[in-house]
Amino acid sequence: MDVTFQFNWQAAFASLPHLVAGIPYTLLISFGGLAIGFFIGIFFGLLRISPSAWLRWPAIVYIEIFRGTPVLVQVLFIFYGLPQLLGGPINALVAGIAAIAVNSGAYISEIVRGGVQSIERGQREAGLSLGLSRVQTFRDIIWPQAFRRMIPALGNQGIISIKDTSLFSVIGVGELVRQGQIYIATTFTALEVYLMVALLYLAITLSLSIALRLLERKGLVGQ
Amino acid sequence: MTHEKPAPDATPIVSLSKLNKHYGELHVLKDIDLTVVPGEVVVIIGASGSGKSTLIRCVNGLEEFQQGELEVDGNTLLPNGKATRALQKIRTEVGMVFQQFNLFPHLSVLDNVTLAPMRVRGWSQDDATATARRLLARVGISDQADKYPSQLSGGQQQRVALARALAMEPRLMLFDEPTSALDPEMIGEVLDAMRELAREGMTMMIVTHEMGFAREVADRVIFIDKGRIAEEGPPEQIFDAPQHPSTQSFLSRVLKH
Repeated sequence: MDVTFQFNWQAAFASLPHLVAGIPYTLLISFGGLAIGFFIGIFFGLLRISPSAWLRWPAIVYIEIFRGTPVLVQVLFIFYGLPQLLGGPINALVAGIAAIAVNSGAYISEIVRGGVQSIERGQREAGLSLGLSRVQTFRDIIWPQAFRRMIPALGNQGIISIKDTSLFSVIGVGELVRQGQIYIATTFTALEVYLMVALLYLAITLSLSIALRLLERKGLVGQ
Repeated sequence: MTHEKPAPDATPIVSLSKLNKHYGELHVLKDIDLTVVPGEVVVIIGASGSGKSTLIRCVNGLEEFQQGELEVDGNTLLPNGKATRALQKIRTEVGMVFQQFNLFPHLSVLDNVTLAPMRVRGWSQDDATATARRLLARVGISDQADKYPSQLSGGQQQRVALARALAMEPRLMLFDEPTSALDPEMIGEVLDAMRELAREGMTMMIVTHEMGFAREVADRVIFIDKGRIAEEGPPEQIFDAPQHPSTQSFLSRVLKH
């Protein structure tokens, strides 16, 4: 084995401008997808705890399907499979955002369900006994408390989804990994470039962690 | 009692007739007939699991019942949770204080008290705040208005809960074991606030284990045994000369310890 290989810092730094061009795509897919997934999650998470089985079951089916299949398969299905149904191609960026949205939406549904169910029954009873409607009780009393409890789990999901976007290099969307692959194809500096790619992911996820920690600390007032 | 005795023939504000409630197989309330007239203080006593909390939770619809009829302030509730509009009206006119206080932990003390008047009654922020400050002063916690519930002692929290319920200007107040979750040294301050309220003529239904308080404040005491009203009457009768054997045995257990 050749163990004389030297890590080439120069090559690593030289790749950065090229790699950084992928960051907007990575951020757009992950945060665009997560934003949509958040609303999907609220919707199905609340259906999931409905007293009506007719509302509950569609939510259970959605959650089990999109939580139980790999996000890679989901994006391949959307990008290569759906066009056969729709009769026209789907933009790779759109496919990526859609895959993160439906995938994170399934997990966020469960986070929402857990958060709402964790609020003591007495809170709802106190709201109702004051004459607040069920909607007012939920909006003013249950949800603000549930949301605070959901923040750590939502942060987790955010980090997972950001990393999941790395799989989307397979559909040719120019995110971080894809940019790295293109660069390596001409420079053959895989070690340096993938290390840089990893560090860039870490920079994004650490920023999110720190932001969430600040948000959480702020949210703890009065709890 | 210092307040004037309510007229027993006045139109009742609460009336339950042949009320029955089941939890699956369990028959929790059996043929409850009960009326409360305006200004009356009714204390409900009984062993744990006798159904006394369930009974007052039926009055504002936190529990459904399966047979019978319940009328509160002219609004009729039907079995199995029907008639939701009547329910909403009842809850607007009936205040409740819970064993676990159930203050809203994400809102300041002041916001706890102003929320419902603003949302339900449509009061302005200024009106709601003025009323809240007056009520908080009345229960002796005006200087804590900007704190959060978790920063208050149990006794203070329960007094905030009382102020929160009173802010809706209820015609009837329900108390579900309001002192059972309190440390002994804080029970007195909550009972004092309730005593004050009774003196002012508030109609009250109180579930409690505080027998001394019950004797002092009640116009009528109701003893519930296994979901049935076993005995009712003025406090002197219930506490000094109970007729029903189950009342006698219950009181001998709770008073001699």
